[in-house]
Amino acid sequence: MKLRDIVSFSFGAFRGNRVRTALVLVATAIGVAAVVILTALGEGARTYVTSEFASLGSNLLIVLPGRSETAGAGPAMFVAETPRDLTIEDAQALLRSPHVNRIAPLNVGSVPVSFRQRDRDVPVLGTTSEWIEIRHWTMDQGVFLPAGDPTTANAVAVLGAKVRDELFGSEPALGEWIRLGDRRFRVIGILSGQGQSIGMSMDEVVMVPVASAQLLFNSASLFRIFVETRSRDDMPEAKQDVINTIRARHQGEEDVTVISQDAVLATFDKIFDALTYTVAAIASISLVVSGILIMNVMLVVVSQRTAEIGLLKALGAPRVQILRLFLAEALLLSLFGAVVGLSIGAIGCIGLGQAFPALSFEPPAWAVAAACFVAIGTGLLFGVLPARRAARLDPVQALSRR
Amino acid sequence: MIELTRIERNFKVGDQWVHALRGVDLNIARGEYVSIMGPSGSGKSTLLHIVGLLDRPDAGQYRLDGKDVTTLDEVEQARVRREKIGFVFQFFHLIPRLTAAENVELPLILAGLEPEERKPRVDRVLHAVGLEDRAHHRPDQLSGGQRQRVAIARATIMEPAVLLADEPTGNLDRASGTEVIGVIESLVERGIAVVVVTHDPFVGDRARRQIRMEDGLIVSDTSSTAAR
Ligand SMILES: Nc1ncnc2c1ncn2[C@@H]1O[C@H](COP(=O)(O)OP(=O)(O)OP(=O)(O)O)[C@@H](O)[C@H]1O
Ligand SMILES: [Mg+2]
Repeated sequence: MKLRDIVSFSFGAFRGNRVRTALVLVATAIGVAAVVILTALGEGARTYVTSEFASLGSNLLIVLPGRSETAGAGPAMFVAETPRDLTIEDAQALLRSPHVNRIAPLNVGSVPVSFRQRDRDVPVLGTTSEWIEIRHWTMDQGVFLPAGDPTTANAVAVLGAKVRDELFGSEPALGEWIRLGDRRFRVIGILSGQGQSIGMSMDEVVMVPVASAQLLFNSASLFRIFVETRSRDDMPEAKQDVINTIRARHQGEEDVTVISQDAVLATFDKIFDALTYTVAAIASISLVVSGILIMNVMLVVVSQRTAEIGLLKALGAPRVQILRLFLAEALLLSLFGAVVGLSIGAIGCIGLGQAFPALSFEPPAWAVAAACFVAIGTGLLFGVLPARRAARLDPVQALSRR
Repeated sequence: MIELTRIERNFKVGDQWVHALRGVDLNIARGEYVSIMGPSGSGKSTLLHIVGLLDRPDAGQYRLDGKDVTTLDEVEQARVRREKIGFVFQFFHLIPRLTAAENVELPLILAGLEPEERKPRVDRVLHAVGLEDRAHHRPDQLSGGQRQRVAIARATIMEPAVLLADEPTGNLDRASGTEVIGVIESLVERGIAVVVVTHDPFVGDRARRQIRMEDGLIVSDTSSTAAR
């Protein structure tokens, strides 16, 4: 029997039994589309979070005051009592480690900022000139904070893009004097749009030298120290150096926490792996359900078509030929189902992408492959198994079944 | 051509054995025109199924063209069915989604012939049964007699040595039944052996050789030169 004839026989069978064809197509398509869309959701969330963390900068250690880990009941309570402040001097001491490339201290506060009559309450970040390199930020206009002794309180400010718009509208901002609290600062630079970073809009900040921020907030303590190591491989040694240095400066007490984005990323990776697998498990339930639907439809259909199988045998078709016919039919049908499902899945992903532009929805290849594999496998299995049983009957037996 | 020796066929119904054939001996030569009559349940269909290799005997030997066909494997049996035997059923057994021409073409497709070889043969057999103008009608658009003629066209397209017909007129009125018998007899004229199982004496009496079955055995076997 010619391949072309096998295919056209299958299409004849599809046309001859439209309800069954539609049911199996829909069932397969739903199963595949569910897997594609659900895993794309999981992956979208993962890449979103990963890229958020990547935007923090590479080879980055973040030092924060206080210990977050509790090492047993007694000492933990003792340690937690009064963590010493992190100071600019602490930050500069970290530079002595050979594994540390750059550091940028950070303190944060909220201060009213005003220009002429307009004023706003915005987060003010105090840091040093290294910040822009460590965080890979870019300038829209002017320059970033000047290099030099970090304890010098220059009255200069760099504005986030949105703050600039709100205070100055279309007027030029560079060189103008703005008021932060009760101090005057000269605008020396405008940041280009930085977008979100861990929930904080970096377009809505004013950045000043760390010493000026200390005066503004009337506090010598730092919020964070950002430490850039020489390379990724230096991370563990750098971390140990940081801890040792701070301990030495804090009378032997280890009262800081050092986190690396690697650790955070790894945790999130684990969470999102779990999420993706959970979602894939849920999706495979829908595949199983559609498999059962396919099985039932096929069982009904083959029992309807047992007489046809008997006839084919009576006309001289051997068993293998009948099996080949039904195999081709099942294969074509589940292939179409998978293609329809993939299309629905792709459309769904595009739709999701439009609804949530910040996320990218791309189903992982393994999920797409597995979905198609399972869908086609189920279709083949349930298409061929009952046909195989029917093809084993003697022609009279098969013919008399109706 | 067909040599049956002590063919037996038993069915188990519940816990009882039904002896449908109790050792039938039958020889049919090339080109013979045979009718098989007898009361209901006498084993006529069962016998025809065995001759057509649609069923297997429980005992006895079946030789076709001198070769024992009961011991052939499944693929070889299918081949014999395809090449040597045409079968016509009481209930036509046409595939409803296919047109008359497509139904007739089916054995050629299964045999793996090229489309350009198939077309003229389909046209020829449809013409032979007088249905060339119904080629593209589906079975539900045809009368019973027309359907049976399509079935005969399908059974003869492989040019078998023997046509087996199980009550080919059983579902037809007299007029279409006569048409169908006419078509069958034109095959006899072309030298194809025909075995017709029937309840209708009008049909059965037309055959040159008339076999009567009762209770799983052949009880009479008469050849009349006077027939037709
Ligand atoms: N598949 C089967 N299972 C059980 N018994 C069967 C089967 N096929 C036939 N029989 C029995 O075998 C006997 C012969 O049946 P068969 O169909 O050959 O009779 P028949 O002469 O063709 O009758 P009819 O004229 O009614 O068609 C009957 O008693 C029937 O009940
Ligand atoms: Mg019968």
